[in-house]
Amino acid sequence: MDKLKQISIFSENKPGRLEKITKVLADEGVNILAINIASSNGFGVIKFIVDKCELAYQKLKQKGFTVSLNEVLAIEMVDKPGGLYEVARTLSQKKVNIENAYVFILESRKRAFLIVEVQDIEKAKKLLQYVKLKFYREAEFKKKGKK
Amino acid sequence: MFWQKEIETIGRKALEELQLKRLKQTVQRAYKNIPFYSDKFSKLNIKPKDINSLKDIKKLPFTTRENLRENYPFGLLAVEREQVVRLHTSSGTTGKPKAIFFTKKDINQAAELIARCLIMTGIKKDDVLQNMMTYGLFTGALIMHYGAEKVGVLVIPAGPGHTKRQLALMQDFKTTTLHLTPSYALYLADVMSNEGLDPKRDFFLRRAYLGAEPYSEETRKKIEKFFSIDVFNSYGLSEMNGPGVAFECMEKNGMHLWEDNFIIEIINPETGKEVAEGEKGELVLTTLCREAMPILRYRTRDITMIIPGKCKCGRTHRRISRIIGRTDDMFIVRGVNIFPQQIEQVLMGVKGVAQNYQIILESYDQMTVRVEISRDLFDGRIEHLMNLQNEITEKLRSEILVKPKVELLEPGTLPVSEGKATRVIDKRTL
Repeated sequence: MDKLKQISIFSENKPGRLEKITKVLADEGVNILAINIASSNGFGVIKFIVDKCELAYQKLKQKGFTVSLNEVLAIEMVDKPGGLYEVARTLSQKKVNIENAYVFILESRKRAFLIVEVQDIEKAKKLLQYVKLKFYREAEFKKKGKK
Repeated sequence: MFWQKEIETIGRKALEELQLKRLKQTVQRAYKNIPFYSDKFSKLNIKPKDINSLKDIKKLPFTTRENLRENYPFGLLAVEREQVVRLHTSSGTTGKPKAIFFTKKDINQAAELIARCLIMTGIKKDDVLQNMMTYGLFTGALIMHYGAEKVGVLVIPAGPGHTKRQLALMQDFKTTTLHLTPSYALYLADVMSNEGLDPKRDFFLRRAYLGAEPYSEETRKKIEKFFSIDVFNSYGLSEMNGPGVAFECMEKNGMHLWEDNFIIEIINPETGKEVAEGEKGELVLTTLCREAMPILRYRTRDITMIIPGKCKCGRTHRRISRIIGRTDDMFIVRGVNIFPQQIEQVLMGVKGVAQNYQIILESYDQMTVRVEISRDLFDGRIEHLMNLQNEITEKLRSEILVKPKVELLEPGTLPVSEGKATRVIDKRTL
């Protein structure tokens, strides 16, 4: 289980914010692998999984965005019925609580990852140490991700 | 019609003689019984005997709202604690309110002044007054209540809110007179329209007393037209008894300020010097009849001016114009006095927000507080931000008694504020 980091950006809920954020990523040649937007009462948090995470984080910060970097779990799901069930069952058996989750698909319709945010990443990793699930591996991911 | 014709129409010379006599007594009592004033007199090197004419009032020290707070709770009391029968408070900027005490005689005197005001507007014993101000620590409702009972009208102590019940009371008991804030009057008008009620056909209203919030002549006209009533402007502040300090007569051209009870000065707030008559400035009041808490030269922070000339109604007590503004940054929402510093203090005690903030006043009922979140404490979790938003809303509500809308902003969104005034954006049109 390698480390996978997610970028979170605070944004007021108004037109043009996502445009400004994604422009920074585009200008730096950062590829977005997954995106998740949650909003509430006038503001939102936009989350990205990108290929050049550290670079994207630094650039966004430089440009004055309110950014945070945190580690998440990336669990491979079989892209067929019951794929998510399998993952959810294992997490529940190990009593890992999901705070937030979203999906990204690598190589169209072949491999899907469930991105899972948890309260305590180290604890979750420990709990999931010996389960049968396939987790994200940096080397494999980078190679395939690039195409 | 007059409540106390003799004193209300007293000649200026006799009035000034009465004022001087009462001023001397007040100064003597303040000096003798209140250490705060005796200390101030010593520092200024003056004695009560130095007050020999009304002009000598300029020798006396000012009293500010900070002085009232510093002397909270009992510091400015001029009588024995046993003689006090009523406490009222006025909101303060640091959580500490100002304590205002009344003896039995003070309550009676405040009620007498209200009685003068009400009779001046043509009220009679068979009128029904529905009092929609807040009953409680604020002076607004209770002082009016006592004065109206003195006159002998039927008082309905409805308090604010519960609009449908208000309307039912107004219909069932044939209310003729309302005492309320201008914003609530406008709201009441909206509700009546929505319910398909016609103020002229379905009610018995004849007049309303509007106070506690600033409002314009246009708003008065609008309210008068909608309800088909006379609207009278009312001025008061807790430090000076509450309502009834100054009130409009049937001429509706400025508010008669009861000069046998208060000495009026209009000063330049920067220099402290008196301005010429008819020029605008800060209203400074000295109590002349108060037992429990005589106050010398109180800086009201309200901007007004003396309306020159005699009033057709025959009263000789001079008139002040409606309040034009404030010398400080206090603002009023839902009839509650709020200072930006109160908001600032709450925000300072909340983890996760930066120091910069902005207050938007959309109406007399609604305010928005905009805060920037702290860059360093952002952890990417929307739940934490939602909790933060709720925490700020709740803490502000318990501090200022009004529930604001709270907006969370990205750091650097708000202009860097240099003065306090730029913190408050007042979008309200009077």
